[in-house]
Amino acid sequence: MNIFYFALIREHIGTSSEEIDLPTGIDTVSGLISHLETKGDNYKAAFEHSDLIRVAVNNEYVGLDHKISNADEIAIFPPMTGG
Amino acid sequence: MRISVQAEDFDIAAEIKNLRANRTDIGAIATFTGLVRDIHGGKTIKKMTLEHFPAMAEKELAKIGDQAKKRWPLEGLTIIHRYGALYPGDNIVLVITTSHHREAAFDAAEFIMDWLKTDAPFWKKEQTAEGNHWVSAKAEDDAKKDRWN
Repeated sequence: MNIFYFALIREHIGTSSEEIDLPTGIDTVSGLISHLETKGDNYKAAFEHSDLIRVAVNNEYVGLDHKISNADEIAIFPPMTGG
Repeated sequence: MRISVQAEDFDIAAEIKNLRANRTDIGAIATFTGLVRDIHGGKTIKKMTLEHFPAMAEKELAKIGDQAKKRWPLEGLTIIHRYGALYPGDNIVLVITTSHHREAAFDAAEFIMDWLKTDAPFWKKEQTAEGNHWVSAKAEDDAKKDRWN
């Protein structure tokens, strides 16, 4: 699956996008984030405050309990500050 | 409804002219323009960089615009949001609503701005003499949006 990162989360992780294989047994956004946190301290820092994580799956905003599959495109970012 | 997400500046007068062209039934035009301020939290802002999510930005602005059109009898609507490097005094966002009467135009413009603050995928980073920082989302912005529910 393709994952895109924006703003502070992108800076913590150090890349704006990456492709990963969703491990068997992980089928929610929160499961994916827990998996990503095992990849290093940069991911842990990015996802340290779970209330400051927003997610879109296939360009629609979803909650952390949203079901995902390896074919989905995920975007992870902080609360928005436009306007 | 005209929605644009763009790096370049916008021309408010030209946008108003487009909405009222060949129309004599419009009784009210409300415009809101958001600008880059040079001061925030006591710090002097030198530059503001607006990051956005290209695949979602126009779609989300259109969704907010559609909601406004359902709630108020609008004759025309324009939403323009900029991204990229901006400096104090620069335009960031433009909302123009037109209607037969002023209440709908005023209320719809305010509704659009309240929703845009929390639901449009843009992120502001400020550059000051002390360094760069991402602007934090404000709880009061969520409250402003929720009052329309």
